[in-house]
Amino acid sequence: MNNKQFKYKKAIAALAIFTTISGSLVGCSEKNISQAYSQADAITITNVSYDPTREFYEQYNKIFTDYWKKEKNQLVEIIQSHGGSGKQARSVIEGNEADIVTLALEGDVDEIRKAGLIDEGWVNEFDKNSSPYTSTIVFLVRKGNPKNIKDWDDLINDGVEIITPDPKSSGGARWNFLAAWAFFGEQDGATEEYQKQQIKKLYSNVSVLDSGARGATTTFVENGQGDVLLAWENEAFLSIKQNPEEFEIITPSLSILAQPSVAIVDENVKKHGTQEVSKAYLEYLYSDEAQRLAGENYYRPSNSEILNEFSNVFNLDVKLVNIDDYFGGWEAATEKFFVDGAIFDEIYKN
Amino acid sequence: MREKALKIILIFIGAAFIVIMLIMPLLTVIAYALRQGWNTFFNAISDPYAIKALKLTLFTTIISLVVNTVFGIFAAWAITKFNFRAKQILITLIDIPFSISPIIAGLIFIVVFGRIGWAYPLLEALNIKVVFAVPGIVLATIFVTFPFVSRELIPLMNSSGSDEEEAAALMGAKGFYIFRKITLPHIKWSLLYGMILCTARALGEFGAVSVVSGHLRGKTNTLPLHVEILYSEFNLTAAFSVASLLVIIAVIILILRNLIEYRLKRGEND
Repeated sequence: MNNKQFKYKKAIAALAIFTTISGSLVGCSEKNISQAYSQADAITITNVSYDPTREFYEQYNKIFTDYWKKEKNQLVEIIQSHGGSGKQARSVIEGNEADIVTLALEGDVDEIRKAGLIDEGWVNEFDKNSSPYTSTIVFLVRKGNPKNIKDWDDLINDGVEIITPDPKSSGGARWNFLAAWAFFGEQDGATEEYQKQQIKKLYSNVSVLDSGARGATTTFVENGQGDVLLAWENEAFLSIKQNPEEFEIITPSLSILAQPSVAIVDENVKKHGTQEVSKAYLEYLYSDEAQRLAGENYYRPSNSEILNEFSNVFNLDVKLVNIDDYFGGWEAATEKFFVDGAIFDEIYKN
Repeated sequence: MREKALKIILIFIGAAFIVIMLIMPLLTVIAYALRQGWNTFFNAISDPYAIKALKLTLFTTIISLVVNTVFGIFAAWAITKFNFRAKQILITLIDIPFSISPIIAGLIFIVVFGRIGWAYPLLEALNIKVVFAVPGIVLATIFVTFPFVSRELIPLMNSSGSDEEEAAALMGAKGFYIFRKITLPHIKWSLLYGMILCTARALGEFGAVSVVSGHLRGKTNTLPLHVEILYSEFNLTAAFSVASLLVIIAVIILILRNLIEYRLKRGEND
């Protein structure tokens, strides 16, 4: 009995020691954090962004920190959050206190406006409809293009496995859907019924429907699923850069001009007192330096002079349809295609 | 002869199952973590974001462990030593976190404490952030690890009955004294066992925490979430290095668990 008691005490003691050690570890960390924040001139902003911008903002945050230090002699710390665009917008609406959002879709930013966090007229707050960089949708195929995919109508052939994320949750996936829709709409004698049929064939070839763009890329690139990934141009280039021997990019004859949107979350910056730095953060995206950085990260710079500097990277001949002109804007497109029971559900559920 | 063949086949299937389902994945994690050498491994686990994630995970685990241990003892004590009307309802309530999916656990907190939740105006007035901040992560973890301690204690305390406690009370002992001298020695090993299960689950919780975290790098990223982020960034080696850290902690916990299980068995035979 004594022996047993002794061992039991030892176990308790060990547990207590473990708890104390880990507790002090945590204590230390909190001290460090509070020290970092207590520097009188430091300021923190949170950028809630979508999946494929991780690499770009990691670099951009460095040049912006330097710029702001020079300009205002103030240390700015930027906290990044990434995920599917729709999911990220949802989290801001539910209380994730972003100072700025840099999302894939105007529609996602507009959801945050509807929730009362962003003021009316945000689209015109920054240049080019608040889209400092644009992108388009291309095909990423395996080296040598074994399924001979050249354009959208090759995707509906039997035996082609397509990877694309779910348009219900992913901004990128909506661009994919709309680009395909526009392509089939431009065929001779196309009717809406024909477009629906072709798109239905296309989605019946989809073998994995991930919830976000990055998940779809990982499925295709790392896990080796599927023959073709419908991807953001920048995401496709990034995959090529990392695995130059394995993939190639096919630019279809027609695609869509994807305009990711940026905005200040007005309610949150008011609360945090970060209006000035947040505005500067988004304005500086239009500087030559940041535009070049966007180009280097395979986003098409919105500044056309700088875009031309990258003409050897991007295929500038592809015909790009514009969401406003072709679909009557995001609101109309969302209503027509992506709300519950709209065309995507009609196609996908049957 | 046929019986022997059947035996061999069954053993083979069993062994193959264990290798494929358990041993191979674990070895793969370690192999992936080390495939670019020790330097990459150490860089990945000493990255400032990884360390912050580790600290947040430990912090969350300790709070969950303390809260659930105290609560678990109280609950088990109340349920097994007293008779009251809503007893069965209380037992069912304790089991809820076992049976509902972690994503629902996370969404519950969003719906209550989020900007669209009913408690938000109050929190706003008090300037407290719950979801998309550390308190939300701690709450979600406490929720999913809620039943572990009490579930371990209730059957044991049920079977040992309350005779000894009643005798002590008749002799004039006070509540806490009875607990310390009579109840605790009976339950100590089960209690430790429950605490270890609780720790293991708290360290690894992904689903519920992912919903309430907001994925703010360096602020609300726990170790499992950090693994996912690294994986999404094509940083497979780093992802598996951090994952192997979790595996090592898990193995240590399992060894502790087995030691305690052994003690429990010995206790029964005494």
